[in-house]
Amino acid sequence: MNIWLAIIGMGIITYALRLGPILLMERIEIGGTARQALRFVPAAVLSAIIFPELLMPGGTLDISLGNERLLAGLLAAIVAWRTKNVLWTIAVGMAALWLLQAVG
Amino acid sequence: MIPDTPTASSRPRLSELWGGVKAELPIVLGGIPFGMIYGVLALAAGLTPAQAQAMSLIVFAGSAQFIGAQMMGTGAVLPVLWLTTLVVNLRHALYSTALGSDLRHLPRRWRWLLAYLLTDEAYAMTAVHYANRQIPITYKHWFFLGAGFIMWAEWQISTAVGIFLGAEVPASWSLDFTLALTFIGIVIPGLKERPSAAAALSAGIVAVLAYSLPYKLGLMAAALTGIVVGVVLERRDPKGLASSNSSHEAQNP
Repeated sequence: MNIWLAIIGMGIITYALRLGPILLMERIEIGGTARQALRFVPAAVLSAIIFPELLMPGGTLDISLGNERLLAGLLAAIVAWRTKNVLWTIAVGMAALWLLQAVG
Repeated sequence: MIPDTPTASSRPRLSELWGGVKAELPIVLGGIPFGMIYGVLALAAGLTPAQAQAMSLIVFAGSAQFIGAQMMGTGAVLPVLWLTTLVVNLRHALYSTALGSDLRHLPRRWRWLLAYLLTDEAYAMTAVHYANRQIPITYKHWFFLGAGFIMWAEWQISTAVGIFLGAEVPASWSLDFTLALTFIGIVIPGLKERPSAAAALSAGIVAVLAYSLPYKLGLMAAALTGIVVGVVLERRDPKGLASSNSSHEAQNP
């Protein structure tokens, strides 16, 4: 594989996805339903990334007390809910993961 | 988001720019370990330092770069790599659609620049800022620029640090976990109402169930499920719909 070609192709694809709709919206007015749907994008997309990270750390489903990432992630979620602070969420989550890995 | 200081009226551009930087700062700090671990992983996958850094400059999309570097390491063919990139980054087209109507008054060169800076993290903060209709739209793109640029600078520098440190950052530190934690910190505080909580939960469950689909298609299936669930539940609950029409506060994060 030509690595440089691979990188440039990835860059073009990613930039097109980011730029295309912005330019299209110049002429198109989106309706109420689409607008409503777009408000759920961050929660849906980011959760779709978070859940496998917590529940499938090795690529297979692991719902047990032995799953350190799941426990640390749940604790981080509680911190996020209470503090609404990203830095605290990351700090507590990483500390919990390291602690669980040291103990386990 | 923007503090109501005297400078807010006298120097609106600078104030918006700085507001964007400040709003993004916690996420930027949280992103440093993730950028470092990308640099380490890219070298481990066989990329040269120049290639690893160039990917951060040219692609500038964390999770796609992780997957891309891994696929390059295992010698995947180009069409498969590009298709995976397309699916993993399709969510950026949704962000771009969501912000498009708020940016349409801008000259093209502004939109080209802001599109390059449109990451998950920059979108999360910028969408909240645009949703606040109390602040006029006139200078809001400077907020976007501030949030996007500081995220960009963090990503380039932390990639370089990761490349420089290389194997001195052992995998046992689990720094890749900071991405999931950052997203948890963005999503959870926004789940105030049932529709958004159900959207997050259903998307997460489908993402796990559809994980083994090829080209990361499960990610897109999960996102679409979550969006549909959110819309349907909001329609059923007139109270939720009314509040979302009168204000954009229900928006995430």
